[in-house]
Amino acid sequence: MAKLNVNGVLREFEAEDDTPLLWVLREQLGLTGTKYGCGIAQCGACTVHLDGVPTRSCVRPVSTVGPQEKIVTIEGLSSDGSHPVQKAWAALDVPQCGFCQSGMIMAAVALLKDKPRPTDADIDSAMSNICRCGTYNRVRAAIKAAADGGNTRSAGLAIQHADGSTT
Amino acid sequence: MTNAAVSRRRFLGSTLVATAGGLVLGFRIPLAGEAQAQVVPATEVNAWVVVQPDDRIVIRIARSEMGQGTLTGLAQLVAEELDADWARVTTEFPTPGQSLARNRVWGNFSTGGSQGIRQSNDYVRKGGAAARLMLVQAAADAWQVLPADCRAAASVITHLASGRTTTYGKVSAAAAKLPVPTQIVLKDPSQWKLAGKRLARLDTVDKTTGKLVYGMDLVLPGMLNAAIKDCPVFGGKVKSVDAAAIEKRPGVRKVVRVGDSAVAVIADTWWRAKTALDALPIEWDEGPHAQASSAAFATVLKAALGAPDAVVAHAVGDARGALASAGRIVEADYSYPHQNHATMETMNATARYTPERCEVWAPTQNGEAALAATSEASGLPASKCEVYKMLLGGGFGRRGATDYVRQAVALAKEMPGVPIKLIWSREEDMLHGKFHPVTQARLRAGLDAQGNVTALHLRIAGQSILASVAPQAIRDGRDPVVFQGLNPPGPEASIGYSFPALLVDHAMRNPHVPAGFWRGVNLNQNTIYLECFIDEIAHATRQDPLALRRKLMVNHPKHLAVLNAAAERAGWGRPAPKGVFRGLAQCMGFGSYVAACAEVSVSDDGELRVHRIVAATDPGHAVNPQQIEAQVEGSFSYGLSAALFGECTVKNGRIEQENFNTYPVVQMQHMPAVETVLIPSGGFWGGVGEPTIAVAAPAVLNAIFAATGKRIRDLPLKNHDLKRA
Repeated sequence: MAKLNVNGVLREFEAEDDTPLLWVLREQLGLTGTKYGCGIAQCGACTVHLDGVPTRSCVRPVSTVGPQEKIVTIEGLSSDGSHPVQKAWAALDVPQCGFCQSGMIMAAVALLKDKPRPTDADIDSAMSNICRCGTYNRVRAAIKAAADGGNTRSAGLAIQHADGSTT
Repeated sequence: MTNAAVSRRRFLGSTLVATAGGLVLGFRIPLAGEAQAQVVPATEVNAWVVVQPDDRIVIRIARSEMGQGTLTGLAQLVAEELDADWARVTTEFPTPGQSLARNRVWGNFSTGGSQGIRQSNDYVRKGGAAARLMLVQAAADAWQVLPADCRAAASVITHLASGRTTTYGKVSAAAAKLPVPTQIVLKDPSQWKLAGKRLARLDTVDKTTGKLVYGMDLVLPGMLNAAIKDCPVFGGKVKSVDAAAIEKRPGVRKVVRVGDSAVAVIADTWWRAKTALDALPIEWDEGPHAQASSAAFATVLKAALGAPDAVVAHAVGDARGALASAGRIVEADYSYPHQNHATMETMNATARYTPERCEVWAPTQNGEAALAATSEASGLPASKCEVYKMLLGGGFGRRGATDYVRQAVALAKEMPGVPIKLIWSREEDMLHGKFHPVTQARLRAGLDAQGNVTALHLRIAGQSILASVAPQAIRDGRDPVVFQGLNPPGPEASIGYSFPALLVDHAMRNPHVPAGFWRGVNLNQNTIYLECFIDEIAHATRQDPLALRRKLMVNHPKHLAVLNAAAERAGWGRPAPKGVFRGLAQCMGFGSYVAACAEVSVSDDGELRVHRIVAATDPGHAVNPQQIEAQVEGSFSYGLSAALFGECTVKNGRIEQENFNTYPVVQMQHMPAVETVLIPSGGFWGGVGEPTIAVAAPAVLNAIFAATGKRIRDLPLKNHDLKRA
């Protein structure tokens, strides 16, 4: 049985060598937070981290990923949505249908690790993920808020949360 | 309790199971067969409101949530009338089968046409108000006081004279036994505390953790997976299949022909099913349309621009006579291509069939249509079928159709008792869309010596959506949906201009490509045709585009108000930043009035940049302004995708674009800053999910003309060189 290191746990699976990492995650390991959108690395819905590098798992044959490489999926970012990027996303009500958002968040986390204070041009070039609902401007605002230590007020959205806070 | 009350409650069991099982936002997934044997929750105050003993409130939402925020907006309206504690509100989706069994107590499930809130606000608010009255009555009965001497706020009932209090949860079981009041007075919107506020969505957090289960993510015990290929040429059939060639591949269980045009492979995993299907030798009989092409159909449409067989939608005066005698004519032809919805989640559905019962789990915009399709495809009466709505990874109109539901049921019938999850590949999704209809338009304006418009003729030639999806709704060759945005004055999709003479007509020509409702529908291209042509008239008569519009819009104050609001906020008439040019557009549709001012630049080598769009919306009542802003931004993303890139072309009878590499869409780098001006004028309920899409393209096209002098009349823009001549 082949092995993968996913979210800090060594997992065993059985699949043909050319099976994309995406489908092993989704169908063998039950991690359905990572999505299938195109199968040709165009849309980014399948983005996971491979040793910290944002990777489009839909075109990555699983046999090319060794058990020593650390895979992080959206489920491994935090157990409860407490990662700073997830918190910025929630504070600004970024998702609409939400289907692309796992990939968006994984791409944003990698961007912020690489460039803690990204410019608009940095965001444009790193965030090539496709969203059909059109959440781009709030994605941009959430990335900037996360870069600014979680300050969501500058986005000016004034969203009222059930706990009484406004972001 | 009456017998009627007992039978009413028999169908509610899933609610109890669901809530007891730790329901999250109505997205808990019922397992196969679960809904059959159910117990009644004693805490259902009425069809819309369940109050748990711990004061948790469950609001039933019949419409589908696909990102547009209806789930939260409808819950706000119910909670407002209920005087509920918003922090304790959750939601759930009743099933179409339950609704059918209860005489459609939840009304229409269909979620399209931006109608979620505008067409159910009245009865859902009454549901919330009735529940409040019943809860207060129950408390008053327990205290032996008059309900009029009690007040409710944030799920707490107070007897004013004594100061005694109780909570909704403590009295809900008693309230549920009371008769449902019929005399209900809704709050005036000026009293709203929850509705109209910038509340956070109820479904956000689980969309940031990957926990939400979309249709594609569903896993049921013993489930198998299926991939499918329909004949790439619409109207073609399967001639032969060499199933033996793949039957021994790992995981493959069955090769199935679905209808006469499709082949599916069922396997243990979807990836194995998909790769086996790709390896399966299939011979197609491509049928009568094997040679069809977009280019050939364009000549059919071009001829129809002058054809005599047209249905008149809107006529004022004698436009043809006025045009014949006009001193000057301005004339232009426009065209708009087929487009795919391209939802991020491809079509999918899961079905489990036995001779006694058929159940479907599907992301659908129309649960009741999916139930009817399940019944038809399974051959079982609707009372023996059920549909569980899954979260939708985008809809945009595509998921109002039921083709993928029928396929899943057909596959499940091949393996009774086994749940089969059918997922379309992106390629299948692109080749078998329900496409935005293809049309052309010819506009002719007559001008007098002073440059005033004396007559306008707008001829539409092309495809009817109803001819594809509901041909029985076409009467005397008339598809009323064709004329969105061009209708006579009235509450829906009315034109915003008055002309001395006007003729709007349609010569229907239908290609073999199936059409469907595509977010914004026909308002999208009709607004391009009209709003760009108004700019052409302004240019031809040397008038400012805003000044000309204001002259023609005197009798259309709501249309004019949003146009003025967008123009003023954008700074129309004042200098734009160097190299930046502005364009305007306005329209009315889906019950709302919208306008936009786009700011663009075009570089010396023809590169377009859309910098900023200011958008004004009058939806009548605004239920959640921050979500309206999200819809306006999303509408520009969708509308600009269509304007910049959106095109599905036909060659040899089939769609040529199979994935995002040949069907590009707007990405982060293309997205302009969007400023939303919300001016709800009250007195009506308009939709916000679609109308703004229609002004995206014409505002940008008019700005491109201002920047370059190039008038683009055929979309998408990617086919044009914008370099200055």
